[in-house]
Amino acid sequence: MTRKQRRATLIGGSVLVLSLAAILVLFAMRDSIVFFYTPSDLSEQKLAKDQRFRLGGLVAEKSIKRGSGTKVQFIVTDTIKTVAVVYDGILPDLFREGQGVVTEGRLDKAGVFQADSVLAKHDENYMPPEVAKSLKEKGVKLGEGATHKSSTK
Amino acid sequence: MIVEIGHFALLLALAVAVVQMTVPFWGAQRGNVAWMQVAMPASIVQFAMATIAFAALTYAYVVSDFSVENVFQNSHSAKPLIYKISGVWGNHEGSMLLWLLMLSGFGAAVAVFGGALPLSLRANVLSVQAAIAVAFALFIVLTSNPFARLNPAPFDGQGLNPILQDPALAFHPPFLYAGYVGFSIAFSFAVAALIEGRTTAAWARWVRPWTLAAWMCLTIGIAMGSWWAYYELGWGGWWFWDPVENASFMPWLAGTALLHSAIVMEKREALKVWTILLAILTFSLSLLGTFLVRSGVLSSVHAFAVDPERGVFILMIMMIFVGGSLALFAFRMRSLRQGGLFAPISREGGLILNNVLLTTACATVLIGTLYPLFLEALNGMKISVGAPYFNATFVPLMIPLLMAMPFGPALAWKRGDLPAAMQRLLASLILALVAMVAVFAVAYRGPWLAPFAIGLGVWVMAAAVQDLLVRSRFGDLKFDVAFARLRGLPRGAFGTACAHFGVGLMVVGIASTSAYRQEQNLVMKPKQTVEFAGYQLTFEGVAPARGPNYVERQGVFTVSSGGSVVTKLYPAKRVYRASRQNTTEAGILASVAGDLYVVLGDTKDAGAHAIKIYFHPLVRFIWIGAVIMFIGGFLSLSDRKLRIGAPRRAKPQDTGNAQTA
Repeated sequence: MTRKQRRATLIGGSVLVLSLAAILVLFAMRDSIVFFYTPSDLSEQKLAKDQRFRLGGLVAEKSIKRGSGTKVQFIVTDTIKTVAVVYDGILPDLFREGQGVVTEGRLDKAGVFQADSVLAKHDENYMPPEVAKSLKEKGVKLGEGATHKSSTK
Repeated sequence: MIVEIGHFALLLALAVAVVQMTVPFWGAQRGNVAWMQVAMPASIVQFAMATIAFAALTYAYVVSDFSVENVFQNSHSAKPLIYKISGVWGNHEGSMLLWLLMLSGFGAAVAVFGGALPLSLRANVLSVQAAIAVAFALFIVLTSNPFARLNPAPFDGQGLNPILQDPALAFHPPFLYAGYVGFSIAFSFAVAALIEGRTTAAWARWVRPWTLAAWMCLTIGIAMGSWWAYYELGWGGWWFWDPVENASFMPWLAGTALLHSAIVMEKREALKVWTILLAILTFSLSLLGTFLVRSGVLSSVHAFAVDPERGVFILMIMMIFVGGSLALFAFRMRSLRQGGLFAPISREGGLILNNVLLTTACATVLIGTLYPLFLEALNGMKISVGAPYFNATFVPLMIPLLMAMPFGPALAWKRGDLPAAMQRLLASLILALVAMVAVFAVAYRGPWLAPFAIGLGVWVMAAAVQDLLVRSRFGDLKFDVAFARLRGLPRGAFGTACAHFGVGLMVVGIASTSAYRQEQNLVMKPKQTVEFAGYQLTFEGVAPARGPNYVERQGVFTVSSGGSVVTKLYPAKRVYRASRQNTTEAGILASVAGDLYVVLGDTKDAGAHAIKIYFHPLVRFIWIGAVIMFIGGFLSLSDRKLRIGAPRRAKPQDTGNAQTA
């Protein structure tokens, strides 16, 4: 092989790998990204049937109801609209009424959000940026519980 | 008083770093030896000052000096000593001080051990290193001063976030930072080489051990973080493709590529331009990681409350260093002479394939991590890119990498013989196929990818062992002769085999635990027994317990297998007194076959509790694999060639040699 051919092989190989990766990225982006909505967004949004998305907002006060087994129901609110959420599993430690939450799942026919995961966080003071921003856009003043460590209990 | 000394030392470190950044650089430009020599003492003094600053903050934590705001916010007098110490870097300000300490430590190490480097190169490297230190010291002084005082001093602190009070997480940040910051050396060397407009094989020989050390720290740091997430977060996952995790994984991928391309550059003087670019990119990704974690722009399960102003500052640091170095690279690229011809099928070719796949994989992770940011900036849509994306892009790129991995060491430099290499590795290939078929026969209903991935892992492991055996000619020579040859192999060969073996083991662990995990949600009454994954699990009830700074409700479980009691597990719900925060502690029974993982949930009627149980088959292989990779790195690092340090070329006529300096 000449020097040129060798270089061509190398460049060709790299381009092959890169284009393969580009195709993978494009397909994966189409299929596996998940949108984030607040309860108010949902009423404005046309959702495809069975579309997975993330629902974020505050857990409404006095809305947590424990069902049989590990089932639990609660209401997510952005103080304008609310969505009922059903989740089967053990809730993260920092899940609390009046605090920000992000859940992932699908809406069922009755308009109840069937969550298959509730995102945990490590820090009580932490509010997922989407939630904080959406709430701010909706003109919600964040409660003390969401911003202040000492006042949560 | 001690705190003020610390603060003063921090300012001095900044001042010394400014001197170290400018004087040696000018000296190197003008060939002024005295000015260049300023770099060595300056970097040692800078390190000493950073050490004093860090020690002062540590002291404030140890004695619980709550007049220091940082201590007040992140510590508590009732905390065990180890978490008082780890609290120093368990918060933003302290962790940036740790970053600075390590940065100056690596610089000082180059000053002390770099005696054989050409003086101008050493001066340039240390001045680039100092430039990074100036940026971060300014960042600390201007936006995140850990020494700020409170008046009046509060009576007690607010306590460290309870989930950070954990042995694995106590040491996770230092290792991670040592990895991030260690790559700064490769970066400084790369920029210095660009400033000087030339590189030699000696350059690569110098960069490689530093990169290797950084890579080892990053490997163990990421593994610790993953292990911690696995047992502390209470949902049994070990990797979530979360932005914060990706932030540490991207430099690791690029660093791994750098490690391999530096070999080509050292041995064959090829891939110079690429290696330098990779050194720049690796550290850029470290900076990006720091930015993503410290700015909180991405939503992450691992994120902590942050101050957006700081994010802008780090973004500026990042833009200056990444933009500056890339511009310099573009400007000087042509002056670097390419060398070393080789055929596509050769060890160089294998290492290039490694590099192409690793950097492409790194790019897909980068795209997935940053895409939500771009989309939101573009049209305000909020999305998240989760595990499905990464599984669909990253995994397919790893498959050819793992398939090709054993061929790398088996091919000769310059021109390799693929069929011969294949023949050499035939036994491993057969073993891998047998493993694949066996797994498929047992679990044919499971995902089809899993047996294949396990086969790949076995292939990589077996080939790593076989490579050593073939090299020492076992089977060919008498056993004791071959054994003597095995002992005579360079440590680097063992390092490679070890690191590759670790990767294989990790792949087996990842594939089995991802595909064959069992989980079950239950409500259990006291004295109730369930059958799960071959164990009988009896719920004995819940008892209160207390630790040094928390109280907990402990679930008591008796685990038996085949009629005999194996152990008791105590999953718990903890409440930390200082912050009133809850944490969940999983009860884990570890064995070679897999982990039985029990989580205690909410209380139901009549003493019944919600319980979640998992079985994670072979999950330990993931972290054991990482430890083996670390050991592999250590073996390579202790190779005689690197230990002696002074680069020595086979050809004596090479005058770019460091020894002449």
